[in-house]
Amino acid sequence: MEKQKLYEEIARTLHRNCRLSLEEIAAMYGESVASVAEAIDELEKDGTILGYGAIVNWDKIASSDRVTAYIELKVTPQRNQGFDRIAERIYQYPEVKALNLMSGSYDFGVTVEGDNLKNISLFVSQHLAPMEAVISTATHFVLKCYKADGTILAQPPADDRGIISL
Amino acid sequence: MSFTPLSFINNTVSSIPPSGIRKFFDVASEMKDAISLGVGEPDFITPWHIRNEGIYSLEKGKTHYTSNSGLKELREAVASYLNRRFGLNYDGVSQVVITVGGSEAIDLFLRTVINPGDEVLIPEPSFVCYKPITRLAGGVPVTIKTKAENKFKLTPEELKKAITPKTKVLVLPYPSNPTGGIMEKEDLEALVPVIKEANIMVISDEIYGELTYGKKHVSIASFEGMAERTVLVSGFSKAFAMTGWRLGYACGHPDIIKAMTKVHQYAIMSAPTTAQYAAISALENGDGDIEYMCSEYDKRRKLIVGGFNKMGLECFEPEGAFYAFPCIKATGLSSEEFCEKLLFDKKVAVVPGNAFGESGEGFIRCSYAYSVENIKKALERIEDFLNANNLLK
Repeated sequence: MEKQKLYEEIARTLHRNCRLSLEEIAAMYGESVASVAEAIDELEKDGTILGYGAIVNWDKIASSDRVTAYIELKVTPQRNQGFDRIAERIYQYPEVKALNLMSGSYDFGVTVEGDNLKNISLFVSQHLAPMEAVISTATHFVLKCYKADGTILAQPPADDRGIISL
Repeated sequence: MSFTPLSFINNTVSSIPPSGIRKFFDVASEMKDAISLGVGEPDFITPWHIRNEGIYSLEKGKTHYTSNSGLKELREAVASYLNRRFGLNYDGVSQVVITVGGSEAIDLFLRTVINPGDEVLIPEPSFVCYKPITRLAGGVPVTIKTKAENKFKLTPEELKKAITPKTKVLVLPYPSNPTGGIMEKEDLEALVPVIKEANIMVISDEIYGELTYGKKHVSIASFEGMAERTVLVSGFSKAFAMTGWRLGYACGHPDIIKAMTKVHQYAIMSAPTTAQYAAISALENGDGDIEYMCSEYDKRRKLIVGGFNKMGLECFEPEGAFYAFPCIKATGLSSEEFCEKLLFDKKVAVVPGNAFGESGEGFIRCSYAYSVENIKKALERIEDFLNANNLLK
């Protein structure tokens, strides 16, 4: 397989299941274990692969009472630095789980997680809203998560095909 | 006078032997916690846009019969799809009939053309329906045993040898369930003069035609002079993960399709309407779904074939469908013994190769229409099974 294509395929495969062994990935693409190991190494070094994690349905964890909010942020871009400088100042907060620059009626979409509503409200009022460049915020709380990162949480599909058919 | 139901059953139906491995299937089906590589259908759920189109059709009250041969829009979509994907030229109005799965199309065709005593050539190992349907149509099934060393392809020599003055039809079931073997362009090209010389018809079961790996599927109907003597049978089950919708089609010479539609009209009336509307979306917007599913199967294919070869069960590279067909002869067990022992010892269900004809003896069919995790677990258990029983020493 062409190198670029192989790297992309390996990244996709690991994104879906990072517990596959080097041998298994090698078998799936008809490549040697060494070339898969080299590819993953390079993908990690150049920052394409930034980490490995599980897709978790937090509702199943009894002790978890996490609250997620999606915040629309309007800002004034800063001279010479555009939106990047503001983004940097926002994503440094550990509460911020995702940050995207958007087209449309607002500038940043910020996903924030906290232990409860109050914590998130405080985060918005004490940290986000007072930032110099921020013009306005609109906070939306997540009531229920149905699908995250391509995985359906509410109804994991079950294999109902039986054991044998010709 | 007492009523004896068995005495009422048609002689041909009575004469069709029950599957020899029924017992194994019953045991396997009851074993709820078994890991299975035994199912002959996709693990994917029908893509949402297709399901949604079915739902829309219900919302719009499309709950009546369609025309006997199927919605005109669908037949035209079939013709245009076959042209786009396989370079075939059919007129959607006169050369396509929509059926209840590919299975009905096979039944229709054989009932339409077979007279009592006509011989139907069936390469084996192959799907199990051709022989009984031939018998029910009054024909005589003649099996051709294809060989592992030929990757289970049908060779012109084997075909020539099987042809008699009574031969009327050749069944061409490629890509193959259970072997995963395909017929490439040159393989088919070699059969064409033999078929023409014998003046027989071909029923080309191309239900797995979209699932080939590295090589594009070629239909025998694409060869000069073959479209008219071929009935192409396919459907939505495998390419679009639509098994439960029960929708297929047959394409061929207008005279043959017209006669088949006559049989279809009395037996079925018309294929399910909801499924027909959904199928239009499959054909018009589903190329991406096929590519996605095919690339997923391909990864699992390599994983499973590599796994079998590594543990010492020789497995030729299947280039189509979603089955691996490893050889278990080295274990000294028969296909059925191997499968039963594996099921009881390690709770892994695979299908004995002889379920698909005598020439499948010494092989097992393992479907890779399963998640990578499932395949990995099954491979581990099969390897444990071989080691624990010293089967390859």
